Amino acid sequence: MKGSIISHIDSIRKDFPILKREVNGKPLVYLDNAATSQTPQQVIDVIVDYYQNYNANIHRGVHALSQEATDKYEQARIKIQQHFNAKKTHEIIFTSGTTHSINIVANGFTSLIKKGDEILVSAMEHHSNIVPWQMLCERTGAILKVIPMSQEGELLMNVYDDLLCDKTKLVFCNHISNALGTINPIEDIIEKAHAVGAAVLIDGAQAAPHIVADVQKLDVDFYTVSAHKICGPTGIGMLYGKEEWLGKLPPYQGGGEMIAEVTFEKTTYADLPHKFEAGTPNICGGIAFGAALDYMNEIGFDAIAAYEHELLEYATQKLLEVDGLKIYGTAKNKTSVISFNINGIHPYDIGTILDKLGIAVRTGHHCAQPIMDFYKIPGTVRASFSFYNTMEEVDVLVEAIKRAKNMLQ
Amino acid sequence: MHIKEIQNEIVDEFSMFEDWMQRYEYMIELGKSLPIIDEAYKTDDNIIKGCQSKVWVHAELNDDKLQFTADSDAIITKGIIAILIRAFSNQKPQDIIDADTGFIDEIGLKEHLSPTRANGLVSMVKQLKLYAVAYQTQLK
Repeated sequence: MKGSIISHIDSIRKDFPILKREVNGKPLVYLDNAATSQTPQQVIDVIVDYYQNYNANIHRGVHALSQEATDKYEQARIKIQQHFNAKKTHEIIFTSGTTHSINIVANGFTSLIKKGDEILVSAMEHHSNIVPWQMLCERTGAILKVIPMSQEGELLMNVYDDLLCDKTKLVFCNHISNALGTINPIEDIIEKAHAVGAAVLIDGAQAAPHIVADVQKLDVDFYTVSAHKICGPTGIGMLYGKEEWLGKLPPYQGGGEMIAEVTFEKTTYADLPHKFEAGTPNICGGIAFGAALDYMNEIGFDAIAAYEHELLEYATQKLLEVDGLKIYGTAKNKTSVISFNINGIHPYDIGTILDKLGIAVRTGHHCAQPIMDFYKIPGTVRASFSFYNTMEEVDVLVEAIKRAKNMLQ
Repeated sequence: MHIKEIQNEIVDEFSMFEDWMQRYEYMIELGKSLPIIDEAYKTDDNIIKGCQSKVWVHAELNDDKLQFTADSDAIITKGIIAILIRAFSNQKPQDIIDADTGFIDEIGLKEHLSPTRANGLVSMVKQLKLYAVAYQTQLK
């Protein structure tokens, strides 16, 4: 289906059965894609096929179903490796999602960090990319320092330069901010961190639906993704790690599959990637993750990016026509996320009225309280667009906001 | 007036509205008309905190009856707490403890019942009842 999305939008929308439903008697307008994307029939079919035809545990069974499930699961790993251009298949670790991925790395660094070492975090992280590192600092005595941002929601790279020093051991930052939509200059961040010998983890959860990250080209040490934000199921994601780093990190949890040999005296660990995949994994989820990447690649990420940019431009222009509406996050380089408030109206109130009108947006602090503290607001209303949204839906949103504003003011 | 009678009155009022919009508009009006809580009572101790909006509730015992005042930073939430205060304020603690809260189901605001929604009706009702339990213990 490569080409312009606008000419295929009706057929794309038909792939998503949920888009046909009504909410509160109105056609659903789903604009909470930064929280989770919807699932196309092609991926739903893969999930159904797994449970109907070859549901079995993997890597251990000698029977046909187990072999079939193992093959499909490992094929999915290869698809993910190819999509993100990892050098080796075993650099892709299946996890339950981005939070799990970050915790594996943060936990693993416990033995590699010492008191007084410094860890840098961007000011626009969500809680999953703050709390595990704070816990690491508590365990080790390392110091967490924040790379600040401007009112527009762009990182102050000159301050980042000043913060970097030979004490810096780790830098972590999201590729795209979930609350502001800012696309961070991660190439620059990675290069500068490496110059002082620091490792870098990039949280790619919000980027994966919009951008194909080439982990080799980026030279990033760790990159994390959640499948449910890219048309896949919940409860599955990946941690990419350079082989040398994954080799250094101890396993996150013990159990079956991650061992080489167990005796009561000593256990030796399995090779990558199994060292980090204790227990029975989300087999169906992993296979469906691969199918979701197939689906999105079929549409084409260039086409997705171009269309979502059009949606962003159109929605920004239309929303700014609403009297008293202020957008938070106006970075020059941003994706299709618009976080806003209207003069004196609590975001929860707007979200509640929009819900009654069939429009799904996110309200609150978006699990990124430091950003709300920075702007001194309780939260925002966030409309996040995907390639299956339409310009007409933007118009519905804007009219609904005007109606909510009239009710609430 | 007894709690049950007030609750019936509220249910009657809400049953007059034909659609959700009128109900919400009424709730917003109730929120706007909720007497302003004394700023001194907007403390962390009095807060029902959630990730969506904040609610402050203060209770005082006068002549064996509990008086509630409240505020919220979100107007719809403020309307909800206004309804609850109307139902439970100026009542004896034991009557508040014993009160049935089935009227909430009848006023068509069920979505606010979910305990997963911060500051939902459930946590607000629970807080009012906790105050009643605390003051009832004092009275004994």
